[in-house]
Amino acid sequence: MSQDIYIVVEHLRGQVADISYVMLAAARELSKGTGGNVVAVLLGHEAQSLAGNLAADKVLYIDHPALADFSSDAYQKVLSVLISKEQPRVTLFGSTSIGTDIASVLSIRLGFPLVSSCRSFSTDGKFVSQICGGKIMAEGELPSPTALVTMVPGGYKPEQGQSAQAPAVTQVESPVLDALRVSLAKYIEPEAGDIDIAKEPILIAVGRGIQNQDNLELANSLAEALGGVVCGSRPVIDQGWLATSRLVGKSGKHVKPKIYLAMGISGAPEHTEAITDSDTIIAINTDPKAPIFNIAKYGTESDIFDLVEVLTNKVKEAKGG
Amino acid sequence: MPETILPNVTIYEKVLAATTHGERLKLCLQCGNCSGICPFGYLMVYPPSRLIAALRAGRFDKVLDTDALWMCVSCYACTAVCPAQIPLTPGLMTLTKEELLLAGNVPSELQSALENTQRYGNPQGESPRKRADWAADIQPEVKLLGKVRQPVDVLWFVGDYSSYHPRVQLISKALAKILSALKVDFGILGPEENSDGDSQRLAGERGLFEMLAEKNGKAFGKYQFNEIITTDPHAYNAIKNEYPALGINYPVRHYTEFLAERIDQLKPLLKTEVKAKVTYHDPCYLGRANGIFDQPRALLEVIPGVELVEMSHNHMNSLCCGGGGGGMWLDGFQWEKAHVRLSEWRVREAHAAGADVLAVACPYETPRFEDATKTVEGAGSLKVRDIAELLGEAMSI
Amino acid sequence: MNVAVLVKLVPDLVEELTVDASGVALDTAWLRLIINEFDDHAIEQGVLLKERSGCQLTIVAPDVEGVDDLLFTASAKGADKLIKIKGDFNGVNNHALARAAAAVIKELHPDLVITGVQANNDLDGSVGPLLAECLGMPYVGYVSGITLSEGKSRARKEYPGGLIAEMDVILPAVLGIQAAEQPPRYVAVSKVRQVMKTASIEEQSAPALEPSGGPTIGRMFQPEAAAHATMITGSADEVATKLVGIFKELGVL
Repeated sequence: MSQDIYIVVEHLRGQVADISYVMLAAARELSKGTGGNVVAVLLGHEAQSLAGNLAADKVLYIDHPALADFSSDAYQKVLSVLISKEQPRVTLFGSTSIGTDIASVLSIRLGFPLVSSCRSFSTDGKFVSQICGGKIMAEGELPSPTALVTMVPGGYKPEQGQSAQAPAVTQVESPVLDALRVSLAKYIEPEAGDIDIAKEPILIAVGRGIQNQDNLELANSLAEALGGVVCGSRPVIDQGWLATSRLVGKSGKHVKPKIYLAMGISGAPEHTEAITDSDTIIAINTDPKAPIFNIAKYGTESDIFDLVEVLTNKVKEAKGG
Repeated sequence: MPETILPNVTIYEKVLAATTHGERLKLCLQCGNCSGICPFGYLMVYPPSRLIAALRAGRFDKVLDTDALWMCVSCYACTAVCPAQIPLTPGLMTLTKEELLLAGNVPSELQSALENTQRYGNPQGESPRKRADWAADIQPEVKLLGKVRQPVDVLWFVGDYSSYHPRVQLISKALAKILSALKVDFGILGPEENSDGDSQRLAGERGLFEMLAEKNGKAFGKYQFNEIITTDPHAYNAIKNEYPALGINYPVRHYTEFLAERIDQLKPLLKTEVKAKVTYHDPCYLGRANGIFDQPRALLEVIPGVELVEMSHNHMNSLCCGGGGGGMWLDGFQWEKAHVRLSEWRVREAHAAGADVLAVACPYETPRFEDATKTVEGAGSLKVRDIAELLGEAMSI
Repeated sequence: MNVAVLVKLVPDLVEELTVDASGVALDTAWLRLIINEFDDHAIEQGVLLKERSGCQLTIVAPDVEGVDDLLFTASAKGADKLIKIKGDFNGVNNHALARAAAAVIKELHPDLVITGVQANNDLDGSVGPLLAECLGMPYVGYVSGITLSEGKSRARKEYPGGLIAEMDVILPAVLGIQAAEQPPRYVAVSKVRQVMKTASIEEQSAPALEPSGGPTIGRMFQPEAAAHATMITGSADEVATKLVGIFKELGVL
């Protein structure tokens, strides 16, 4: 039993996922309250180098060929041995395709309570989770003596969980991992076809206000600078200026990006119903009465034709390009 | 010996059973008037006459394989010109769509509208509790029958788009003020009102329509009133022509009929000039389907400053806005097939008629035509206004 | 082959959600329950598996408002058996639901159990993996495609960015559905009404509900809502500068 905060590192094909760093940042906060260490648990095969920039006090590394790729069964076996032995105060998992395959199973297997959808921890160590599409927040004491927690992004920045100095790595022996019930057969790469805007984190959306196809260039440049993707409302697609796969709206895609930058879009219900899950909507429209301003977090009445080029340049500057 | 091909007898039987004069289906002389006048007939693969031919040839299964039939907007044009007076729209087209639904052949936009209607009582998927929110700030207060619990003279059946769509709510507010100015004793059902379901019925969901009618019938039964008026011609059509067969019988009029009857009372209140060339679009379910052409025009003519002009298609051969029969929820689907919208066609006509204002009397039309004015060249300055809004403007309310 | 689907009903987000007087739970006065969207996909996936390989499809759901309608609709889509778990499931957590469902589902001797990968009111993990461990079965979540063969299944597991991992999973197993191979089909109201006359819902009791393993909520509240956008004014240059600042705050720059 310890007051340490464990985080289960998530990685896929040689890349550590952002959520791992978010969890490390959260763990650092928590550890201040418990007085324990931040311990990153890394499972893999010949993957030790992935520990390089984890902002942890120490890394426990378990190596086994069966851990070369994620398998729920394998991870559950390794972690149940480790967590039941060490009994850290809290173990953090990502609320992801990896983390959710393991956390709940361990809760039943080990009899440790589980809190999910946690976005952050308060200064006095309470969990703060969001449910019901973000409409409701739930807060409470972290169950004791040991708690399992799955985390969603948004409460901490990944940079806060990264370190310039590589942490100390201790290799731990893996339990036997044969007769796994779940194993990877193969990966299938995403199609090289058009982008799925429903999965994009930054969307630059254009509406009727863009006026003609040539002006789409403005949106394209901004998207490129920001690392986003261009999409549009009905009239833009109807005119053939964007492919149907880029349509956002009732008869197109529902999107939930981090940022939805709506340019020249009035905000008719048929469009807005498909964007209400966006984290932050920013609207640019010369009409102060445009309904989009009722659901946007930020807005400006600036003219797109005055603003966008200037904005694109400033974004490039900020990126150091 | 060639196999004897039998007509799809069960579809015939269904049409017969479900429609007044359904047996006329057998009288089709394949003249093709229906398919010719159909605004999307050229895309439908099986427009009405061809559909009947397919039925006769025992080829209905081929119809179920195509999704082009969802281009039908139930505008009644075919029914209006059929020399054998076959109830094509309510009979043949509706029942074919029913078969398409049962076969799982339904575009996803329409599916959502139907599922929303079933769950929330409106196709937009809005909370039923918010159905009367549009009326919250109006003075004098709009009576919510469930709250006031006293008899009223008129039950105003407001409708889905009139209750929830931000643009159409403006029309509802105008009408509420007009009714108050005329000292009409009216009330609304608010959250107890469910969709009239007429467009859903024409899109093939008979079961859903009956479920909604049952609910509305129960709500009507709770209160005392002398007549029903509707904002929506579709609701008017449902309550007038379909509800009685389900045991729900109330005198009902469209608001334009109701106001036209009070034109002498209205005239002195229309003090502000609305100087404009106005053209009136006959909604399919007010005009062609129910024969109401004059009253809306009478109301417009009495507004000072209004000069009434007609579009080339008017009265009986008015062009549909494209919203009926499920069209309201098939915009993406229909656009993909046609690359033209009926609403744009109509706006072009309004522009060609030299109109400043396109006047409408159906809640589907204002958002549809306003969208079209933004894409039809030259029509950018054409205003779209419901008759209630124009009256309201003239009354300065 | 025997396939079972566990379905949950969750708060309908179309309605306004408020916290009740206790301060730790949702106000049920205006709360309406709707099928968990991901469970709707699980039902569709079950029906697809039945159409493809002729398995016996059973739908299992806890007894809450709206459950009968849900079960009959599933039957109209093609489900063979409908089971309602009796008990007071209002406000009950996933640990309790999983234990109760496991007792019922165990008796079906399923080869495959599917359920939605998550639900909007999950606060103690999702019911799928909890159920899997109660049943002693393996679990894979975020599944968007399934092929069944003798003794094992091939599950398409989704990772971010469109990457798919095909996983071999030994049966019996529990799979958490992210999306069915096609969107949930439409069923005409008349068809459901017809089915209500012929299909029957089996009621089964679960042992007393055991919620241990979930957190205790100290406070439930609504995040602050803004009614109108914060407007940014100034010259194009000034507005652009402020927007860049916002992008930085949001972590995209």
